[in-house]
Amino acid sequence: MNNSKIIIENLNLYYGDNHALKDVSMDIPEKHITAFIGPSGCGKSTFLKTLNRMNDLIDSVRIEGKVMLDRENIYAPGVDTTLLRKKIGMVFQQPNPFPMSIYDNVAYGPRIHGIKSKARLDEIVEKSLRGAAIFEETKDRMKKSALGLSGGQQQRLCIARALAVEPDVLLMDEPTSALDPISTLKIEELMTELKSNYTVAVVTHNMQQAARVSDFTAFFLVGEVVEFNSTDNVFSRPADKRTEDYITGRFG
Amino acid sequence: MTKAANNMTANNMTANNMTASIMNKKSRISDILLKIVIYFSASVSVLLLAGIIFYVFAKGISSVTWSFLTTETSTLKGTAGILGNILNTVYIIIITLVIVTPVGVGTAIYLNEYAKPGRLVRVIEFTTETLAGIPSILYGLFGMIFFGTVCGLSFSILTGALTLTIMVLPLITRNTQEALKTVPDSYRSGALGIGATKWYMIRTILLPSAMPGIITGIILAIGRIVGESAALLFTAGSGYYLPKSALGYLTKILDSGGTLTIQLYLSMSKADYEVAFGIAVVLLAIVLFINFITKCLVRQFDVSRI
Repeated sequence: MNNSKIIIENLNLYYGDNHALKDVSMDIPEKHITAFIGPSGCGKSTFLKTLNRMNDLIDSVRIEGKVMLDRENIYAPGVDTTLLRKKIGMVFQQPNPFPMSIYDNVAYGPRIHGIKSKARLDEIVEKSLRGAAIFEETKDRMKKSALGLSGGQQQRLCIARALAVEPDVLLMDEPTSALDPISTLKIEELMTELKSNYTVAVVTHNMQQAARVSDFTAFFLVGEVVEFNSTDNVFSRPADKRTEDYITGRFG
Repeated sequence: MTKAANNMTANNMTANNMTASIMNKKSRISDILLKIVIYFSASVSVLLLAGIIFYVFAKGISSVTWSFLTTETSTLKGTAGILGNILNTVYIIIITLVIVTPVGVGTAIYLNEYAKPGRLVRVIEFTTETLAGIPSILYGLFGMIFFGTVCGLSFSILTGALTLTIMVLPLITRNTQEALKTVPDSYRSGALGIGATKWYMIRTILLPSAMPGIITGIILAIGRIVGESAALLFTAGSGYYLPKSALGYLTKILDSGGTLTIQLYLSMSKADYEVAFGIAVVLLAIVLFINFITKCLVRQFDVSRI
């Protein structure tokens, strides 16, 4: 296969007594798009969040197993979550720009990591906005509130905000489920462009989306990975009956 | 057939209503009555408020002269002024706010962002709510004994300010907490998701978003401080002299000093109604001014419009 960016070994996650992820192992290849599909409540979003430790914010969560990013276990003691999340950025389901200007939104991440020079920030902001294909629409309103943008623009701004800290990996949690079809198409095109520089992992409810954009697909069912293979294989020659039932729309 | 006919009878009324013309506007008695009651209540409260303001201004405006506002009361100089009291009021407001704002905002941040929801949080919230409902004379009693006697601050502006700090703490805490609760969780996860530390996130996202709520709390607190008499009478005392030297402006916080409200109370008890109404006019003006400032500040800090 390809170079693995993230290697997950025997990952188990519990919400209190609820065993939400069961013995998940997976290699996420570098500079490709990996999609996680499955019915609601199957653990795909939870799994995505374990990849940059966003589950740490929930008290009752207990995690066992290893998540290796470039051969370093992100759950090892001594891991700085700030540095981890600089390497693994996240885009959420609902566009969540901060209530500040477009410029300040994108500059937020670099400022956390200590970049103060105006010239340097200008450069990063422009580069990130271009990277997220939203520079042309925002260049004349940088100082205006980000909340004035449309939903699709807000989501691309959030992608730009994530890109601004120059991550290696971009996690996207159903990034288009709150968007209209045209905005969705733009985000999908953007994802395809992003994979030349970034490793992308995306949770999606939309199987057509997984088929259109991803290179690899993992099918989750009640906390387990039923099948993980190249997207072509998963969608045209599923190895497991349950995968076939799901992608042909027999449940979920 | 019979069944169908029965059904039709049963549905008759609804069917008729559905096809009836809509051009049949009825006036319903209960609606009209309710409207009268509401309009009456509204006009009574507006008229009462306007009446009080008008009455106070009519009675008091003649006492509000330049010398009334710019001198201290002194039998020696033969002046009757309230500058000393104005100064005391300003001192008490500033000292109280300087202490209470960080403590109150800090408590709210702790309760909302750090504490695990559970017994401790409920106990603290319950205590805060109870504190808010206690009659202010109880604060006066506590402040006089604890700050005045036990801490040895006796009758002083500092004793008064510390007492009021406890009194208005719930206002600041509750308002900040309410404001923090309205900040969407997506802002928190968004900031943490790109590597912000918790404190950085609070400082750059939460506090600016909660600022209108915090300011509202502060303004309400100022309102209570300006209006308070029971909690101050036995803590800050009733001094009304101006400092005699530049250093006096500093040591003043350890001297007794009555606010405008205290002076109003004392003037009333001496049946000195002219001065009392004069002070009332000044107090009303201050409250109106504070409300005006609040509106401007809240608008200024509204982060959603840049």
